[in-house]
Amino acid sequence: METAEQIRDRLLARFPGAEITVVTNPGLSAQHSLLLGSPHARAIAQFLRDDPTLRLDQCSNVTGVDWPEKEIIDTVKVTVPDPAGGPPKVIEQKNKRLTPAYLEVVYHLYSIALRHGPVVIRTRTGNRSDQVDVPSLTPVWRSCEFQEREVFDLFGVSFSGHPDLRRILMWDGFKDYPMRKDYVDPDDYEWEPTPHDEVLARAKVHYPATPAAPEPKA
Amino acid sequence: MLASGSAAAPFSSASVRPVHDEFHGDLLEVSMGPHHPSTHGVFRMMVTLDGETIVRLKPVFGYLHRNHEKLGENTTYLGSMPYTDRLDYLCSMTNNWAYALAVEKLAGLVPPERAEYIRIILAELTRLINHSGLIGFLMQDTGCSGTPLMYAFREREKVLDLFEALSGSRMMCNYQRFGGCRVDLTPAWVDSARRLVDAFPRFLDEFEALLTGNEIFMARTQGVGRLSPELAVNAGLTGPVLRATGVGHDLRKVDAYGLYPRFDFRVPIGAHGDTYDRYMIRVLEMRESVQILQQALRDLPAGPIMDPKAKLRGLRPKAGEAYGRIEGAKGEIGFFLISDGSPNPYRYRIRPPSFINLTVLEDLCLGHTVADAVIILGSIDIVLGEVDR
Amino acid sequence: MPEDAAPALTTAERDELRRQGILLTSISELYNWGRSNSVWPLNFGLACCAIEMIAASMARFDIARFGSEVFRPSPRQADLLIVSGTVTKKMAPQVVRLWNQMPEPKYCIAMGACAISGGPFKQGYNVLKGIDRFIPVDIYIPGCPPRPEALLHGLVELQKKIRGEKLSGPGAPRHLQPDNDCTYPVPEFGEHDLEPPRNPAVWQPPILTRPDKA
Repeated sequence: METAEQIRDRLLARFPGAEITVVTNPGLSAQHSLLLGSPHARAIAQFLRDDPTLRLDQCSNVTGVDWPEKEIIDTVKVTVPDPAGGPPKVIEQKNKRLTPAYLEVVYHLYSIALRHGPVVIRTRTGNRSDQVDVPSLTPVWRSCEFQEREVFDLFGVSFSGHPDLRRILMWDGFKDYPMRKDYVDPDDYEWEPTPHDEVLARAKVHYPATPAAPEPKA
Repeated sequence: MLASGSAAAPFSSASVRPVHDEFHGDLLEVSMGPHHPSTHGVFRMMVTLDGETIVRLKPVFGYLHRNHEKLGENTTYLGSMPYTDRLDYLCSMTNNWAYALAVEKLAGLVPPERAEYIRIILAELTRLINHSGLIGFLMQDTGCSGTPLMYAFREREKVLDLFEALSGSRMMCNYQRFGGCRVDLTPAWVDSARRLVDAFPRFLDEFEALLTGNEIFMARTQGVGRLSPELAVNAGLTGPVLRATGVGHDLRKVDAYGLYPRFDFRVPIGAHGDTYDRYMIRVLEMRESVQILQQALRDLPAGPIMDPKAKLRGLRPKAGEAYGRIEGAKGEIGFFLISDGSPNPYRYRIRPPSFINLTVLEDLCLGHTVADAVIILGSIDIVLGEVDR
Repeated sequence: MPEDAAPALTTAERDELRRQGILLTSISELYNWGRSNSVWPLNFGLACCAIEMIAASMARFDIARFGSEVFRPSPRQADLLIVSGTVTKKMAPQVVRLWNQMPEPKYCIAMGACAISGGPFKQGYNVLKGIDRFIPVDIYIPGCPPRPEALLHGLVELQKKIRGEKLSGPGAPRHLQPDNDCTYPVPEFGEHDLEPPRNPAVWQPPILTRPDKA
């Protein structure tokens, strides 16, 4: 099967102006993915499905990933000329930057006809609050129908063009997106026999230290 | 064979006339589930009926949504292994394997030969009990109450005894590990497994004599819930439901994971894609599983059962992501893991076969009666622990 | 005969009479004997434990030996609710509704760790931390899942409990007390959680002192 770079080059030739980036996977599995810009995503997906050399007729897995803002510290070596006229000094500069926050939808595509895969494609939302639209790929692969609803339910990604976008696992009046990293679940486990870590922290709220009952005197 | 060039994914959900209609009569909306004896757990279907015919069917999920994925992200890699048992609680061994496979892809572990054989033996035993149990439940749905299910559970108990002897638990085996297996098989275990496998075809013959040619069963299932291969592929169906439509897609052959290429077995495929084919595929698959088991128990090599590089506690795979999948008894069970180098997975996603197989439930049931919908749902083979996770 | 009066005959004497073909008993004893040996469970499976419940009703474990093989699909015909598996918050109102639909006298077995406390899924956002927050539970069966033998043991314990029930007085069961209508409020789906998250008339968090601050 073609590599992700080859697929990207063919896609760029077919869809000039589309945003397609290869996201390299540093892990050992080497399943690299293609990041698709929203405007062309559905047309590209359709092309991937129908292209005779790829024939990615099965969209096996659809999932969301939450990427909140993260502070990254880059260490850069900068050469600073010595004002006294000596040899320039090399100092390390630490630059803090925030990675942009977004929600990501990952699709794993396989070809049943040609028995190859996976080709991993991704789409990203603009941010995590008000620009959460990505195009739905359900019109291309029916298998996305329930899985995109699940991503909508648990992550809050809104799929434009989905035929029936409702909550699927949680009830309809539920307001939160529980799979997001910053979700705080209702505090309803009051006591555990062996609390530790976060549970201990919660137990402390529910059971403020009460003075121990005086020992009965023998 | 497969759809290419068609503009959009096939949707058969036709527009339904209004519920209140003075001229044609009102439509009836029936809520089946979440407490319903035929829905195999806490599954719910909102069925709209025109007379007796189903004109709309919307599945409602989430009554067993136990937050597997969130819990998986808050625990270590090894800590998620017992949770995978409880996904598809009839097939804990294959769930374990799929998860172990995904982590092995992520962490670069290779299980030794003996461990691969043990995995194949346990996965095929799981397939036997899943399929026989499913057929028992399917018969229950057709109204054949009791007998086939009792036969199936009689066989199931024998396999569960083997699982218990090996792992200490009947259902929740928690047996596979990243890079191998937890404990080794004893020669006595292999002997009793061999006896069970050799006797299994007799049970299948008995089962088939009861069911395969049964006139009522054929009348209830043949031509009911037909599925086209184009829709099946596009809707992401996998496992026996896909193969019943005539698509020969079995990950044991396609992905050739484990040591399956060494084994001589066939992949049965159906011709009509109806409920009867889905039943028949499972019977034939059990016969092939018996073949695989006999070969595996015959050729089981000696050797270690863990990759020496494997580190169970405090496993911190290199940052990256991996998607690993195997052919479970219900279809493709996959795990998608994203590691950020910490002891917990950053993202832990389960690709549940029975959830995705339900995508076409409405298409299969349209035009049939409620009694048929019950059988169609039974033949898809769902387990709610996996559907809702 | 008042129920708590000392029996005029000892058990040995009664057994001797029974051997001679004379049966002496009290109404409450006969009534409880009949009830305890035909406890009909609701055909209600939630999760993994339901498979073990089915296994208990199959040939090897054969729950019919204890008179409970008649699994009723309708709550109107059932005496026993076996909560077999994880109760999610989405499912909890339905469980309470089923419980309310069962006629008294009715009993509840919480089967497995999830039904008791949430079990391994206790920290899940959609998992109810024990069905005893909404309905009264008679027997708790620990295990994940409990073996079928454990379910049978739980059933036998329930039978003992039924046999010990008195038909009048302050110790009488729920349905024989005049001021008890035996219905339990069904929780509603809220924006973040069930409303209310527990029924305070049935369950209160245990009062404990923290061992780390003793």
